[in-house]
Amino acid sequence: MGNIFYGIEPSVYKSQINVPYQWWAGETASKFFMVLRDDKKILGKQCPRCGKVYCPPKKTCPSCFTETNSWKEVGPKGKLISYTIVLRQLAALQKKVPVAFGLICIDGADNAMLHYIGDVDVNNITIGMEVEAVFADDRNATINAISHFKPLT
Amino acid sequence: MDAAIIGIGMTTIEKNKIACNYADLAWEAVNKALADASITIDDIDNVITTSSDFWDGRTISCMAVGDACALRHKNCSAVEGDGTFGAAYGLSRTLSGDYKTTLVTAHSKGSESISSIITNAAFDPIYERSLGLDMISASAIQAKQYMNVTGTTSEQLALVSCKNHKNAKDNPYAQLPMDITVNDVLNSEMIAEPLHKLDCSPVSDGCCAIIIANADFVKKVKAKPVWIKGVAFCSDAYFMGDRDLTKTIALENAAKKAYVMAGITNPENEIDIAEIYDAFTYQELMWIEGLGLAEYGNAGKLLEKGIFNRDGKLPVNPSGGLLSGHPVIAAGLYRIAEIVLQIREEAGARQVNAKRGIAHGVNGICGQSHCVWILDKEK
Repeated sequence: MGNIFYGIEPSVYKSQINVPYQWWAGETASKFFMVLRDDKKILGKQCPRCGKVYCPPKKTCPSCFTETNSWKEVGPKGKLISYTIVLRQLAALQKKVPVAFGLICIDGADNAMLHYIGDVDVNNITIGMEVEAVFADDRNATINAISHFKPLT
Repeated sequence: MDAAIIGIGMTTIEKNKIACNYADLAWEAVNKALADASITIDDIDNVITTSSDFWDGRTISCMAVGDACALRHKNCSAVEGDGTFGAAYGLSRTLSGDYKTTLVTAHSKGSESISSIITNAAFDPIYERSLGLDMISASAIQAKQYMNVTGTTSEQLALVSCKNHKNAKDNPYAQLPMDITVNDVLNSEMIAEPLHKLDCSPVSDGCCAIIIANADFVKKVKAKPVWIKGVAFCSDAYFMGDRDLTKTIALENAAKKAYVMAGITNPENEIDIAEIYDAFTYQELMWIEGLGLAEYGNAGKLLEKGIFNRDGKLPVNPSGGLLSGHPVIAAGLYRIAEIVLQIREEAGARQVNAKRGIAHGVNGICGQSHCVWILDKEK
């Protein structure tokens, strides 16, 4: 550091920003979460224009700028599009490493969902493998009503 | 296009610029840019600041560097995102005819917060954020899929790191000049498969400023202009799962538009140099392909042949790129400043033979949106 301060003591103000928020999930995500919690079923929503089914469901089609209008039951199986195994305990992680994140295309959907991959030796995870949603025992109306996806092979 | 960049100013990029707060960084970069253009602050008639409230830890962060940019009693506006997008806004103001000169600044101090938590907050709070993904883990998912589809190897990714850290040895502004080998990269800590520590850019502090002027003003000043020939940007869908992460449609669209503006039909042969947003090694290869500088899936092989080395046919990131210093927000503006120095033949030991170059910036998770600049020695 040398004498960059020319005898001035470096002063650091330590603080943190901690602001409570409550984000309204919107009608589309709310219904999706309710059905996950109450019925252990996964719903997608279809765009009337391009016919794509989105899971997680979207109120508006990201391809068509059209409001999605029909609910479809999808999954609970799906295909692993890609994944990573996180080995460093990055600050945002909610779990102890190794943590496997996957991008999962739920059967019947045209897009993909981010979630955990679990119940598997992480070294055996491969792109394209078939996975299935495992529902949490104690479910609330959030994305964590699904505990993780487990490989079927 | 009747606009040129007439001045640039960069602070050194460092892990922790403890001697400077945000405004101190801007003060240094702005004064360097003014001196570079041989003009005074009175010649500047409007200002764009580029920053991120979350990174800065304050709301309306764009105004916090105001004194250092002399925006008091001037027209000032702001962009939240990469500096290339701030500069594109500044360019459109200059071209509007209402302004003769636009000062654009971009700053960040990654050292003052925790990047994993900041980048986690970019994820949708309803569907994704609670899972705990951040920029590194999300990019690792993209890297894995890109490598799977194209056959690009970890060794090829590592070569990007070797090239860029070596290039940084001749860049006095770079944070991480290093001589490393492919094995050094492959043996460095695996953070999130397939990304090793040396596949990832560091967290950095820095500020960059550029001055854009219209053609009339350029005639009146001594500065060496670097002409803006094409600028375009384009976005993809917000959610990762709504995109094909192995494709770079947004970048391809932005590049095509910029090439048309610049009259470029064969970028592989008509571009002399590219400064590309290599936040991760695999991204340099993906973005090279998206920019049309290599066939899809082929950038890794061309890299092995040395095409993108500083003495290769198409030098990519001769500055060392983001892998050698990544002040988020400012990083894209640094790319523009580097191309300006190269075209003016003032890049010192990292100089390449270049009359026309690309500067590229990215906003969002896994390259959601891209901004492409074509800069030229000739008007």
